[in-house]
Amino acid sequence: MVRLADLPEWERAHMLEKIPALPDFGLSPWVSGGPLSTRRVALVTSAGLHRRGDRPFGLGDARDDYRVIPGDIDAADLVMSQLSVNFDRTGFHQDLNVVFPIDRLHELAADGTIGSVADFHYAFMGAGSPVTRMEAKGREVARMLKQDGVDAVLLTPV
Amino acid sequence: MPTVQISLVREHTAAIRPPRALWVPFMLGRPLGVPGDAAFQGRVVRAALGLFERVRGPVLDDYPEDAPAVISTDEMEGMACPISFAGNVEPASLPGQVLEEIDQLRSWYDIAVARRGRTTLGAAGATVEDLTRFIGAWVGGDTPRPYRDDLPSANALRLACEEIKSFYFEADAGQPGVRSPQRVLQWFWRETAAGKLLVELQAAAARSDDPAVRHFAADNLVPRAASHGEA
Repeated sequence: MVRLADLPEWERAHMLEKIPALPDFGLSPWVSGGPLSTRRVALVTSAGLHRRGDRPFGLGDARDDYRVIPGDIDAADLVMSQLSVNFDRTGFHQDLNVVFPIDRLHELAADGTIGSVADFHYAFMGAGSPVTRMEAKGREVARMLKQDGVDAVLLTPV
Repeated sequence: MPTVQISLVREHTAAIRPPRALWVPFMLGRPLGVPGDAAFQGRVVRAALGLFERVRGPVLDDYPEDAPAVISTDEMEGMACPISFAGNVEPASLPGQVLEEIDQLRSWYDIAVARRGRTTLGAAGATVEDLTRFIGAWVGGDTPRPYRDDLPSANALRLACEEIKSFYFEADAGQPGVRSPQRVLQWFWRETAAGKLLVELQAAAARSDDPAVRHFAADNLVPRAASHGEA
């Protein structure tokens, strides 16, 4: 669906206009690890998810914060406060896993494809630029992932 | 930390060059492709995690399987717009019409929640009726206090709009038949009083003295598809 050639001209132009503003990190750091069947996997999403009672994502400084999602959370306790209005939310309404595939990870752990699922996962609110504004919080999350023994992260957009 | 990402806009990922990425041909908002289809989602997750087995990068692979198209069942009949003014001496105000719609849609919403075992409402922390009155006051030219002390006006408005839309979208899912995401969007923005109220809010918020409210009106209220007449 998100093939630029399939989008209307105004949306294609919007997507292409973003490219010059994207950061050039100058490298693609390559961190290896053991076999997938031994890895401890966490999810980090930019979908703006959080527990229902947690602070909603917002404008200004609040947009750079992250929210912690416990690995054993009930799907019924997760809500979304993403700023963008330009993506489909009906899929998320129907099934959390189409955005945040936590049940799929637990299935892969059960059948031995991955070693285990992290105790904690993390959500950012990805709308807005520059994305480099999130670096400090990203490093903070990376430290906590290491504390949790995580050695594989699946990043999911929205 | 080893990472792999799912990419929805290939051109953006190619520009950033992350170490491992799997581009998927799915609509924005559905990075795992198909809600309610665990097998489909599982194939996507396996393909993404499989990139951890590569020995060098950066890697940007294309996922080969499209999500099946959702065919709406209402193309001929039109969707049920629940509002009716029969018996009214005079039509309600626009916020009043929205409250009538909400009242009418409530049973469909309850059915959807019971069927799914969850609702995505609750981020704002107020009822959809109170949120409608809050937006209605703005449309009427007032600047009411937000319904929560910890929310500035722009965020209170944004969350109110999202909450109302979620209520309508979830209520639609309780009704018989199937609507594509595009059809649901068209219904909301073209055929409901709530959609009209949010369009009027955009005009009112654009006149605000608060720059955050004006920014919200410009960028985070009406989707680009609706602004371009495609929703």
